[in-house]
Amino acid sequence: MEDKLVIGGHEFTSRFILGSGKYSLKLIEAAVHDAGAEIITLAVRRANTAEHENILDYIPRGVTLLPNTSGARNAQEAVRIARLARELGCGNFVKIEIMRDSKYLLPDNDETVRATEILVREGFVVMPYMYPDLYAARALADAGAAAVMPLASPIGSNRGLATRDFIKILIDEIDLPIIVDAGIGKPSQACEAMEMGAAAVMANTALATAGNLPMMASAFKNAVEAGRKAYLAGLGRVLERGASASDQLTGFLR
Amino acid sequence: MVRINGKEIAAAGKTVAECLSDGGFDKTRVAVEINGNIVPKSRYEAAILADGDSVEIVSFVGGG
Repeated sequence: MEDKLVIGGHEFTSRFILGSGKYSLKLIEAAVHDAGAEIITLAVRRANTAEHENILDYIPRGVTLLPNTSGARNAQEAVRIARLARELGCGNFVKIEIMRDSKYLLPDNDETVRATEILVREGFVVMPYMYPDLYAARALADAGAAAVMPLASPIGSNRGLATRDFIKILIDEIDLPIIVDAGIGKPSQACEAMEMGAAAVMANTALATAGNLPMMASAFKNAVEAGRKAYLAGLGRVLERGASASDQLTGFLR
Repeated sequence: MVRINGKEIAAAGKTVAECLSDGGFDKTRVAVEINGNIVPKSRYEAAILADGDSVEIVSFVGGG
């Protein structure tokens, strides 16, 4: 059965988006391979000539680059970073990330909608990171976002699906891929997001802080695939109370 | 003086290409902005830095 993730007209088989922050460049190739990832996020920063290695040398060919706009505090700054990212010559995908709060790193949905409107007009495939709010998600969809990326819990916290019920509302109501981003700390949480019907899951810190990064990448791959399969299969019903025997209730030995 | 990535450098009169080469930047791996405007790669040889310009030279790094 064909089960493709389609973002901005591009098809992907993998539903696990890998972050590339906070770990050695040398681990990226193994992480991409073991995660089965087809999309990897990057950041844009002032070029540093003291470091002669470039992250692009470590990313396998064929992987779609998803630059983020981290560091942006408003729509204008995000647009500037997105344009620079596109000028770097690796495609037109962008993950909008706008935050003014430095303690919880929560995204500013209003500014994110504004940046989405501008960047969609400029031909970007826009994937906005957002706080899971239905009105904001509708505004992002109206603005032409290619996907919506609600946070599970604060960035880097590894605390899992704190916003579960609100992400579910987006999955039910928004006709775009809902990609759970930020805060996913372990494979079971990624699996749960996929069972709920998320189109994909993104993780970075969960891998970067794991004991064995490539092994954890593989664990996430399996969890995301299991969750997706469970969602497609249709989860069994849950009883409000009582029990329901799995075995037939006749023919007992007496 | 030209402000390049926050540092004052005597680069006035130089082209963007010269400035990148002097600074040890790999021009295939950077994007350049002068005073907030992106300089396309095709203009690196032609674009000349003026005294007081503010230049940003960026590249990709790891990130979520």
